[in-house]
Amino acid sequence: MENPWNNEAVGELYRQKVGLAEMLKGGVIMDVTNAQQAKIAEEAGAVAVMALERIPSDIRKTGGIARMSQPGMIKEIQAMVSIPVMAKVRIGHFAEAQILEALGVDFIDESEVLTPADNENHVYKHDFKVPFVCGCRNLGEALRRIGEGAAMMRTKGEAGSGDVVEAVTHMRAVTEGIRRLQMMRTDELMAEAKRLGAPYHVVVETAELGKLPVPNFAAGGIATPADASLMMQLGAETVFVGSGIFASEDPAPRAKAIVDAVTFHDDPAKLMEVSMKLGEAMKGRAVNEMDESEKMAGRGW
Amino acid sequence: MSLPVGLLALQGDFEMHRQALADLGHETRFVRRPAELAEVSALVIPGGESTTLTRLVARAGLADPLRAFASERPVLGTCAGLIMLSSELAGEKQGDFGVEPLGILDCVVSRNAYGRQIDSFTAPVDATALDGDSAPVRAVFIRAPRIMAVGAGAQVVVTHEGEPVGVRQGAVLGLTFHPELTSDRRLHRAFLELGG
Repeated sequence: MENPWNNEAVGELYRQKVGLAEMLKGGVIMDVTNAQQAKIAEEAGAVAVMALERIPSDIRKTGGIARMSQPGMIKEIQAMVSIPVMAKVRIGHFAEAQILEALGVDFIDESEVLTPADNENHVYKHDFKVPFVCGCRNLGEALRRIGEGAAMMRTKGEAGSGDVVEAVTHMRAVTEGIRRLQMMRTDELMAEAKRLGAPYHVVVETAELGKLPVPNFAAGGIATPADASLMMQLGAETVFVGSGIFASEDPAPRAKAIVDAVTFHDDPAKLMEVSMKLGEAMKGRAVNEMDESEKMAGRGW
Repeated sequence: MSLPVGLLALQGDFEMHRQALADLGHETRFVRRPAELAEVSALVIPGGESTTLTRLVARAGLADPLRAFASERPVLGTCAGLIMLSSELAGEKQGDFGVEPLGILDCVVSRNAYGRQIDSFTAPVDATALDGDSAPVRAVFIRAPRIMAVGAGAQVVVTHEGEPVGVRQGAVLGLTFHPELTSDRRLHRAFLELGG
């Protein structure tokens, strides 16, 4: 197989994929389970929707195997909105990804929220014309996924919890890892690549840039405008909101408020204004009170 | 001291435009509020989502201030930025998706006209009519719009296979593609020269 990093055509395709991620910056990507919710999300100003059958908090409640969504339901959402439509595949399930590509989804999330299909390998994402986003808990995991061709990274956080603590932990871990790289001498980067379990060329590129080579978004447990602002101020470039909107008391105003909170994340007066009269946030579950077996963030290799 | 170039920083790839302008030695500042338009010499409306940009422009009370700014100073819009500048949308009724162009640049635009992300592409374009340089420019088209018609006040300055992909009206320039995503700064340079 040809090294994608030396192939001009693959490089050009990769730039188009990362380019779409660039266009989503400063926006909010919302989980939706039907066309009506997708319309509410678009009306509120979402930059994209993530089509899935059950929001993560319901996956937690109902259990069972969580798989790629039904293509018919994704098609209905595509017909309803003009913003990009994303959908999830199980970790390593490249056949699900092939189906989503045939459907023309705009972005695929290879997601720990679904039940993993492979205990060792992720999808080789350079094989696809559609871009991928993947979750990470730390820098090594982020750089492995970028090595496989991910065009966007997001923190894993703890999906469906309504608790932002893990997203904060993961964002800080990635940032701290990059700061370490920047302080290193060139002759120390190979040992660091070994320690991170990450491809050397991506480690070098990240050290030179002082940031991930692809946009870095926040996800997992974001439920309020303040949560969104917190993640943006910690270095996220966009925010995914999963259960936080449609598991809340009054989704439409909350969706709009979170969109405004991302744009004006550094303006406390504006944040105060948009946080007024929102109804109850999702109830949620504290991550620190969960059993290890209930957590999704540990999925992914 | 000349004023910095403004970047409409509500949503989208304004950071890539900041980098492009910095490469050309220009200071930039983010614009999110009407008053901030008084502090910039020109404005870039970046790529992003036009549905989102429409809503954020309306909520920030920026629509009329942007129209007033564009009558006096240079404005560049790329992709969604061009959609915002245009005068009319083809192929959708007003209100279908709530996108409201500002009517600054006299042209009709069709959104997502090439298809979805898997139909995004990179191709050479001809910008001779913009800056007199006949060498092609490598252009990245992402879920790009198409220019369906150009009004009397505007002229086509960039073409792809004979089709318009860049339109100019005075010092307002709209491109369907993303010069900010490549390292070639030629089109940003041409834009800055529109201000004289």
